[in-house]
Amino acid sequence: MNTPVTTAPDARRTRRTTTLRTPGGLSLRLDARAVAAGAALLVLALAAAVALIGSGDFPLTPGEVLRALTGGGEPGQRFIVRELRLPRVLVGLLVGAAFGIAGAVFQTVSRNPLGSPDVLGFGQGASVGALFVIVYLHGGTFAVAAGAVTGGVVTGLLIFLLAWQRGIHGYRFVLVGIGAAAMLYALVLYLLTKANIVEATGATTWMTGSLSGRDWGQVWPLAAVCAVLIPLTLAYGRPLRMLEMGDDAASALGVRTGRVRAVTLLAAVVLVAAATAAAGPIAFVALTAPQLARRLTRAPGPNLLPSAAMGAALLVGADWAGQRLFGADQLPVGVLTGALGGGYLVWLLVTERRAGRI
Amino acid sequence: MSRLAAEHLTLAYDRRVIADDLSVRIPDHSFTVIVGPNGCGKSTLLRALSRMLKPTGGQILLDGAALSSYPAKKVARTLGLLPQSSVAPDGITVADLVARGRYPHQGVLRQWSREDERIVRESMADTGIGDLAERYVDELSGGQRQRVWIAMALAQQTPLLLLDEPTTYLDIQHQIEVLDLCAGLHEEQGRTLVAVLHDLNHAARYATHLIALKDGRVVAEGAPCDIVTAELVESVFGLRCQIIDDPQTGTPLIVPAARAARRPAVATAAS
Repeated sequence: MNTPVTTAPDARRTRRTTTLRTPGGLSLRLDARAVAAGAALLVLALAAAVALIGSGDFPLTPGEVLRALTGGGEPGQRFIVRELRLPRVLVGLLVGAAFGIAGAVFQTVSRNPLGSPDVLGFGQGASVGALFVIVYLHGGTFAVAAGAVTGGVVTGLLIFLLAWQRGIHGYRFVLVGIGAAAMLYALVLYLLTKANIVEATGATTWMTGSLSGRDWGQVWPLAAVCAVLIPLTLAYGRPLRMLEMGDDAASALGVRTGRVRAVTLLAAVVLVAAATAAAGPIAFVALTAPQLARRLTRAPGPNLLPSAAMGAALLVGADWAGQRLFGADQLPVGVLTGALGGGYLVWLLVTERRAGRI
Repeated sequence: MSRLAAEHLTLAYDRRVIADDLSVRIPDHSFTVIVGPNGCGKSTLLRALSRMLKPTGGQILLDGAALSSYPAKKVARTLGLLPQSSVAPDGITVADLVARGRYPHQGVLRQWSREDERIVRESMADTGIGDLAERYVDELSGGQRQRVWIAMALAQQTPLLLLDEPTTYLDIQHQIEVLDLCAGLHEEQGRTLVAVLHDLNHAARYATHLIALKDGRVVAEGAPCDIVTAELVESVFGLRCQIIDDPQTGTPLIVPAARAARRPAVATAAS
């Protein structure tokens, strides 16, 4: 057998996997680096959360924030932390996690780093739903959220129907999604022209994606959706990993590809819709988080949990950075993630093109 | 005896019928090779045998019961498949990819037993890729990569293994290497192998049981020495040829007739 001469011994890597085994025959396999990266991201997200709670017109030190969170500190500080700022941060963490894990599912199922809900027109679909409610039904916050969820889910089903051809094929899925995004954006613009100036301003802010002014009313529904769907998606992590190798290879290993895809995509669509309803279609978190997480863990597979932690860290970190740089509530977080994510998208397109995949 | 058989299959993609009333039995412990011209339905039959394609009529029997009646993971512990195209995930090592073959034997609480570890090691040794264990699959040559996929299928530890054109896109030395490997699995480990092959001479040399398909029908089946004749090759492939004994193995060797002999009309006209 001929080994290529270019392979020096230092090109070998050893993945450190830890296996926990019980005498009863149970075993759990953990990839040390993936676990460390996931834990580090979680700590980062929580640190950004504490920093975000501490920033604003009435700044607090991290110590004061933690004291207030655990029930100590002055009553005034407790009120600011627990009633005013905590909901915003929780919405940020949950929305980021939902986008991150949904992006990982989408990219795995479409086998394409571009196959992410924000590229495929889910944001636009949710915007159409929300704008329809704002312009024609003059609905309040809850109705707008319901409109966004409906718009997102309908968009999802529409893309699947159009892209379905004896299964999901990565490129077809991405191209149909990009087409849908363009058409839905036209619909968004049309609805904006029909809106009066007050509605249009509100709608535009909503479409940018923002965490400011979130209260417990937005936290609970989102938390409930995440509490059900994130564990459900994680339970499908192992078969999803097999799906990466192609449908034939996965079903040869006993994966029921149709069911795995249907369940995980449906969960991802609902997660994206719920997150969008709570904070608007914050751009590019779903696109970037799974890829950045994968680069940190260096593990193949969808990296579901690290992606969720990365999404949460990215979103809350971006919101905190926006507040530090531009002042409290001056810059909706969607502007910042859009600018950062846009840069990443350009880089991704260039590298994909170099790799001959586009 | 046949653990795997197809009975009165109708196979179709959408409305295009590939085969109608097709029945085959795979003899146990055989190295069965399916041959036939492009579009004859050989890959389609293999896909149906490995439950990648649902027959529109008839059924596949595994140990006497309909294949579709088994749970997916149970089938995957009995019947392995090396698909024509599989995608190696980015940044995966050889050992990790081969380990994925253990999936049907694992569960959420039984992710990596000592047995899994041993079988993965053995599968890599059997396919001669033990030295490559820690290498990334992306950096391997085509022949090495194909052996990694075969090792993954071996790690699945199935008594039956289906291979869809395992030698396509490989250089001649790697084609032979892969076929030798398959012959070894059949002879030394007693596994039943079913392969779709393009090269008739490879099929005649390696198969213990040959199935010749044309237009979705079985034209002939049996040991290559018994069934490979010039008439059969001409009727199945429309190719005039001479059959001689393979000087190395004594199996039939197909030598296509020379151009002049195949097109006498043209040859005479030119002279």
